[in-house]
Amino acid sequence: MTNLTSRSKIVSNKKMTFWERIYLPAILGGLRITFGHLFRKKTTVQYPEVQREFSDIYRGKHVLKRDDEGRERCTACGLCAVACPAEAITMVAAERKPGEENLYREEKYAVVYEINMLRCIFCGDCEEACPKEAIFLTKEIVHSEYHRDELIYGKDVLVEPMDPAKRIDVSKRQTPEVLAFKQNKKFKHNR
Amino acid sequence: MFKVTIDNQQVDVEEGTTILQAARMIGGKVVPPAMCYYSKLRGSGGKCRTCLVKVAQSSAKDPRPMPKLVASCSTPVQDGMVVQNLTSPEVVEARKAIVEFLLLNHPLDCPVCDQAGECDLQDLSFRYGMEETGSEEDRREFPVTDIGDKIKLHMNRCILCYRCVYTADQLTDKRLHGVLYRGDVSEIGTFIQQAVTNNFSGNMIDVCPVGALTDKTFRFKSRVWFLNPMNAHRDCPSCSGNVTAWMFGNEIYRVTGRKNQYGELEEFICNECRFEKKDPGDWVIEGPRHIKRQSVISANHYERMKKQSVIKPIEGIMEDPE
Repeated sequence: MTNLTSRSKIVSNKKMTFWERIYLPAILGGLRITFGHLFRKKTTVQYPEVQREFSDIYRGKHVLKRDDEGRERCTACGLCAVACPAEAITMVAAERKPGEENLYREEKYAVVYEINMLRCIFCGDCEEACPKEAIFLTKEIVHSEYHRDELIYGKDVLVEPMDPAKRIDVSKRQTPEVLAFKQNKKFKHNR
Repeated sequence: MFKVTIDNQQVDVEEGTTILQAARMIGGKVVPPAMCYYSKLRGSGGKCRTCLVKVAQSSAKDPRPMPKLVASCSTPVQDGMVVQNLTSPEVVEARKAIVEFLLLNHPLDCPVCDQAGECDLQDLSFRYGMEETGSEEDRREFPVTDIGDKIKLHMNRCILCYRCVYTADQLTDKRLHGVLYRGDVSEIGTFIQQAVTNNFSGNMIDVCPVGALTDKTFRFKSRVWFLNPMNAHRDCPSCSGNVTAWMFGNEIYRVTGRKNQYGELEEFICNECRFEKKDPGDWVIEGPRHIKRQSVISANHYERMKKQSVIKPIEGIMEDPE
């Protein structure tokens, strides 16, 4: 019979010699390898005290952005939900009432916006699909929880804080084309 | 019988048929798109110019080409006419310009608009339009108004196709709304905010090719691609009762008429069916409605495959069984 792989070993039942039977050389050999590793460079870091450097476009927890005036950008158009391959996003839309113009950017907004983080595969398709530049993935990591319900993130977790100092910078995630588009004065929303 | 050739395909049609109707008899890709023409409304057509085609040969007797592109919805055929639709680069170029014109004043509010996903203008601009616009001027703006208590009018989105005006004229006994003013400032208006009360007035929502007239009972409830369109019927005293019920789970979110492959209603339905009957108990659900697989509405929409496409799987993939 021919061997399927060259790494297979034929085992024999031959009797061990005296030195092999006392096992000491084998134990000492193992200890040498173990102590040798103590003086090597460590491959692990002390998370969370030490954190590795993240890429600028790391895809972690989502954020629902506000615009410069603090209004929510999301209009509940549903394109993120239809683009989502894991079907993690659900939303309920509502009409903006008079007097809420400083809260929501357009006449429609999302009352409920939920992402099931257990389903999410962090592919970033929602970010790609969003026509209003409302949803972005951030460097923040989604932490584990004890209950499944706690991993369905609602608007209370996802929407970024109103305070301008606490806003999340996503400019590094945007391509030069997008940034150039936002400067184009031909479009009314840039004037 | 007249012999007409459209995009190298021949068809025999009755005298008096228009080019568009002849193209629809052939079907498939030779059919020019139409935004204002509606086969069930008398006198419609000739306004949007999206159906422009090139007539390479006027008739068998007079083989000269027509000097300009003609609107296929309102040009009757001649015997031996040769028409070019997509085979003529001139037509494709003209259609691009027409789309740009239609979008001149059309706001970019598809994320807000309830029509998104089933909008004729969206399909048209996706297929023939350009990504950029040449205009730098502001778009015209109107306040959002109510036409009756069930219909919302977004005049910003209107492309002035006049379909709703013909619907109000021909379907209802009393004309209550029309187009006011002229040219750039023209707008759809009711007679001093008079409510449209006729029992068939809701059909102007379905007839509207864009999101200018929308259902107030469905306003911002959901996006059309999250819903499941189902054929449903009920015993209605005033209309046929055959409708499409747009369902989310066991709830009916909205009711519309049944549209054919050209986006035209098969039958007009009454307002009671459209606006009042949102309880699944009112309807007999027949089954899922056929949705083109290219449509965003076909996401998570499952229907039984037609037998034909099972036997010929390759053909089923190549073109939509319609």
